[in-house]
Amino acid sequence: MELKTPLYDVHLQENGKIVPFAGYLLPVQYPTGVIKEHLAVREDCGLFDVSHMGIITFKGKSALASLNYILTNDFTNMKTGKVRYTVMCNENGGCIDDLIVYKFADDYYFLVVNAANRHKDYQHMKENILEGTTIEDISDDIAILALQGPKSAAVISKLLPLEHIPTGNYSAIEEVYISDMKCMISTTGYTGEEGYEIYTASENAVKLWQVLRETGKEFNLIPCGLGARDTLRLEASMPLYGHEMNEEITPLEAGLDFAVKMKKEDFIGKKALLEKGEPKIKRVGLKMLDRGIMRENQNVYLNDNLIGYTTSGTHLPYLKKALAMALIDKDYSKLQTVVEVDVRGRKLKAEIIELPFYSRNK
Amino acid sequence: MFNYPKKLKYTETHEWVKKENDIYIIGISDYAQDALGDIVFVNLPEVDDEVFVQESFGDVESVKAVSDLFSPVTGVVCEVNEDLLDNPALLNDDCYANWLIKVEDVSETDEFLDADSYREFCESQG
Repeated sequence: MELKTPLYDVHLQENGKIVPFAGYLLPVQYPTGVIKEHLAVREDCGLFDVSHMGIITFKGKSALASLNYILTNDFTNMKTGKVRYTVMCNENGGCIDDLIVYKFADDYYFLVVNAANRHKDYQHMKENILEGTTIEDISDDIAILALQGPKSAAVISKLLPLEHIPTGNYSAIEEVYISDMKCMISTTGYTGEEGYEIYTASENAVKLWQVLRETGKEFNLIPCGLGARDTLRLEASMPLYGHEMNEEITPLEAGLDFAVKMKKEDFIGKKALLEKGEPKIKRVGLKMLDRGIMRENQNVYLNDNLIGYTTSGTHLPYLKKALAMALIDKDYSKLQTVVEVDVRGRKLKAEIIELPFYSRNK
Repeated sequence: MFNYPKKLKYTETHEWVKKENDIYIIGISDYAQDALGDIVFVNLPEVDDEVFVQESFGDVESVKAVSDLFSPVTGVVCEVNEDLLDNPALLNDDCYANWLIKVEDVSETDEFLDADSYREFCESQG
């Protein structure tokens, strides 16, 4: 049975096209369509329901040591009110999940994980936490709204005093009040655009959505679905669990070495990553040269030799190009190499290009 | 909520057909374009290519998905709507004005639905 987020009825009222996703019924798009929703986030702002994401808290004296042992990034010097991206590896160095970690106190961390992985993540964490750490899955108690796009700051500044708006990338304020509703707000997102994610108790979700919708009107805010969320993250070349990484792919192969601190004393998967050494595959960008659109799981060839496969791909609305990410043999991953992609039986030419495809700072 | 013009015939794979003299004009239905969402690519056969009943003659791709186009007739392509190759979003704007291909020398046709039967079929798809 599929679960509903606290905003399910709102999505129906907004005429969202509902689909099952990661165990939840969520809107893939609203009547505006994926392209307009995507462009709204690049040019103005959009509002997403991401309440399906899982939330697990780490508390206690050894919380930091537990995180450093279970996750690949290093949280030792992290400041309170900051957020950090990380991977969680299995003993073989494969990715169990990727997630972000919020620090609210030396003994209190707040982890946001992929909805589809929530239960296996919790189980893995529970089996591996150190004595003196308690963890809790609080996903069902909390709704998350993502306000994304260059005009997000203008929207939020109408609702919060300046000192309650986090600044800088990956920062958070644990307690602010939007229309008397207690919220946590952070400068995070999954679109490659500036913006905020706002966490509140599930019972506030509908009202918070309405407040943001109303306040956002003058800034052309529109609701955005899962379709745009996926095209936006792909355009920004952000990895998606189950596509660019899984339990068989290491974070180093997926190009996530910035989130893996090999100098750290010990963590689950470190030994395997050391034994495997330099990764033999690499995540690359592909640009279609022929007419056609690459999708996920299509084979990539160089001179008729299979060198890898695409992990995500579509026609990207802002760049207006058919692009894909692929995992290929590192020896053949030089930029500008022309490869062939098997697009449903047709071998089409594509060029290896630099990632990210889109960066707002460029 | 969808538009099902009475003057057209339809297939269960969501193509529409209109017969003008001996030529069959083929397109996709309103239900199909809505289900696909924003259409960004159309792959069509070329003039003189043969098409066969219930077999794929091309595909339509949206940002979200790929969908095969199934031919309602067996025959020879005599005209292709080239406008769609450069501007596939025309199918979202008006899928009945923007046909895909025209077919002549038709030797076999699929079982067509009239507008009312097709509407019922779509509504039963949920």
